[in-house]
Amino acid sequence: MELIKPDVNIDFVGKRRYVAVISVVLILVGLTALIVRGGPNYGVDFTGGTVVQVRFDQSTDAAQIKELLVPEILSSALVQRFGDGNNEFLIRAEETDDGLQGMRIALMQKLEQGYGEGSVELRRVEMVGPQVGKDLRKKGLMAIMYAMVGILLYISWRFELRFAVGAVVALLHDVVLTFGAFSIFDKEIGLPVIAAFLAIIGYSLNDTIVVYDRIRENRGRYNDKSFPELINRSINETLSRTILTSITTLLVVLALFVFGGGVIHDFAFALLIGVVVGTYSSIFIASSMLLLWDKFQTKEPRKA
Amino acid sequence: MTNSIKMRGLLVLACVLLALASLAPTVMKDRLPTWWQNAFDPIHLGLDLQGGMHLVLGVEIDKAVESRLDSVIEETESLLTEQDIIFKSVDRFDGERLKVTVYDTEAGEEVDAIMREHFPSLESMTIKASSGYVEKNYRFSDKEVAQIEDFAVRQALETMRNRVDQFGVSEPLIQRQSDNRILIQLPGVKDPQRAINLLGKTAQLQFKMVVADADIEAAKAGNLRPGTKLLYERNVDPRTGHVTERPIVVTERASLTGDLLTGAQVRIDTRFNEPYVSIDFNAAGAKRFDQITAANVGQRMAIVLDDTVYSAPTIRERISGGSAQISGAFTEQEATDLAIVLRAGSLPAPVNILENRTVGPSLGYDSISQGIKSVLIGAVLVIAMILVYYRGAGLIANTALVLNILFILALLGMFKATLTLPGIAGIVLTVGMAIDANVLIFERIREELRNGKSARIAIDSGYAKAFITIVDANITTLIAALVLFQFGTGPVKGFAVTLSVGILASMFTAIFVSRLIFDFFLDVRNVRKISI
Repeated sequence: MELIKPDVNIDFVGKRRYVAVISVVLILVGLTALIVRGGPNYGVDFTGGTVVQVRFDQSTDAAQIKELLVPEILSSALVQRFGDGNNEFLIRAEETDDGLQGMRIALMQKLEQGYGEGSVELRRVEMVGPQVGKDLRKKGLMAIMYAMVGILLYISWRFELRFAVGAVVALLHDVVLTFGAFSIFDKEIGLPVIAAFLAIIGYSLNDTIVVYDRIRENRGRYNDKSFPELINRSINETLSRTILTSITTLLVVLALFVFGGGVIHDFAFALLIGVVVGTYSSIFIASSMLLLWDKFQTKEPRKA
Repeated sequence: MTNSIKMRGLLVLACVLLALASLAPTVMKDRLPTWWQNAFDPIHLGLDLQGGMHLVLGVEIDKAVESRLDSVIEETESLLTEQDIIFKSVDRFDGERLKVTVYDTEAGEEVDAIMREHFPSLESMTIKASSGYVEKNYRFSDKEVAQIEDFAVRQALETMRNRVDQFGVSEPLIQRQSDNRILIQLPGVKDPQRAINLLGKTAQLQFKMVVADADIEAAKAGNLRPGTKLLYERNVDPRTGHVTERPIVVTERASLTGDLLTGAQVRIDTRFNEPYVSIDFNAAGAKRFDQITAANVGQRMAIVLDDTVYSAPTIRERISGGSAQISGAFTEQEATDLAIVLRAGSLPAPVNILENRTVGPSLGYDSISQGIKSVLIGAVLVIAMILVYYRGAGLIANTALVLNILFILALLGMFKATLTLPGIAGIVLTVGMAIDANVLIFERIREELRNGKSARIAIDSGYAKAFITIVDANITTLIAALVLFQFGTGPVKGFAVTLSVGILASMFTAIFVSRLIFDFFLDVRNVRKISI
């Protein structure tokens, strides 16, 4: 079977201006959403606070739970349905239970009063103190930065600096777009999502390197072709592989998204967006960056 | 069959057998002979999968420095009295400084000399003279402060270890995380709140004299005589479990502290059938206790644990046996826990909980089944897709894929790595990406075949050309995974581990194993045309 005909020749490079417009628009939409929402929606991992996951043996709703707890036990709380049913909820509060008084005991007692003894199951508690939250946020940003620097170094060593810069711009593009998608869908950014971002970086890079590798190989083979033509040919030659790998990766990530359960739902969501965006960027962005770099390089001496 | 194929075949076979052998304990559990179970650990599940508690405790190291300074103050006072130096006061201010106030410069110099001799770790600071007094200020040198803090955390770690040991959890993890943080993981802990209460208690046991003539109402309003302190006596009604608190004024300084204990046991008072904790002092403690009780017959002594008064009995007679009892209307579990913390030793400084992630066993169980489900569904989808796309060669790639999953799991067990929910996600992701190596190779082979090459040559050059690409692409992903490993904690680290292991295993299966199968068909079965 073939999805892409071997003699395919789409003018990807020629469309780079449209692509640039699309990317910029998408990034702006994400940024607007970010501003409208008043900044990124960090989870308790990064802001500090407490998340309690409870399951009831009956259906109920968020408002009713909230009424029981606020303001008696918690000063404020965000109650969200968890999973598919109407009986499992996440309660998020700003308070952290750093003492030993046991906020969760008070909380569970109150819920049992409201719903009956033994009808509430405490499934999960995540309490992160504000200082730890701050540390984790810093570490998360540092991790993404270190990964990018490491990759920049490796690619400049294996290829050339301009390839590395192109790859890193493509990566940034992917992470920013995924970040934007999180704002648009108002999803929470927690520790696992940062892990997903790093996985996206790895994935997107994988794709980009395959194209770069072909460019490097073709450069020796076709001396007569111009650089844009060379890039375009390389993208087309690897297109069938790019699409196929994207499909297989999407299939598994989709399986994770649908069947993986609520705990890693946001993580799977990040991967889902990341795989689509990563494929797009390695076809359209990473290689166009090489041309942009060349353009600046040739302009430089003229200026001087 | 050529030698090379034989050797490679044997190697792969050995790897598969080893992998199966190492996974057997995970799947078959206790049905295997003991030597087998000893040879290979089962795959270790993270707290998010088996349920349990992950705690990060912060040791309040400033408090350790303060309390050390307090003991220096006590010693200084007795030294000055011994040497007949008249002083106005010795006290702590600004948290970390010690101030000796004397009446003239001469005395000030004498104080300086004494301090230099007895406390070389203290630094003398500026001399301030105000309204007829001379104030000498001292503080610990930075090096000394660092040492006290480090010691406090190390001692806290030791105490935690003792407490967890006595609490009884299988495979607990207790380690120092950074400067003043302690990480504690208790897999499968049944009663998380009890564990928190037990671990978080400072367990500073103090015996303080009750100030009989103190005005309780004035004390509650904040008017306390210097050197006294308002505490609350806790009382539990054994029938209703109702807790009442009664204010009580005690001396600020402890007459005796819990570090002079040698043991603590739960006993049952046969008259009222109530549990109490019996404590034994060491020689120094016994002597001190003897002196105190002798000097204070008829007065009340409060037994204070972490600023809560458990009981305040009247001293009826001198007690010289070196043992005492704490009775305070406990439940049996409370008495047990109290005995545990007293035996395990007190913390050198209070701790607070910086991070607490607790997963109930039911959620962990759900996560495992959902994780396995998504791996299986993902794998089946990919396998079907590849089979349709590459047919015969697809079968080879799929064989490599299944082996890949097998090897990942086996390596996790052998490295004693922890499998977490994001770790399972890492395996899922690897399934999607591992097939990529074969896709790269197969697309190359197709290209070569289209250029009219024979099967043999197409396969040779397909593998050769794709190899560099695969290595480059995978190493960059590996870089991201390694960074993740450095930065991550718990579940996230699990993701980095499976991703890295998955990448390495996939290079072996997708390149080495799949090539072997191709060679087998070409050389042994003399296949001339390949289905790809």
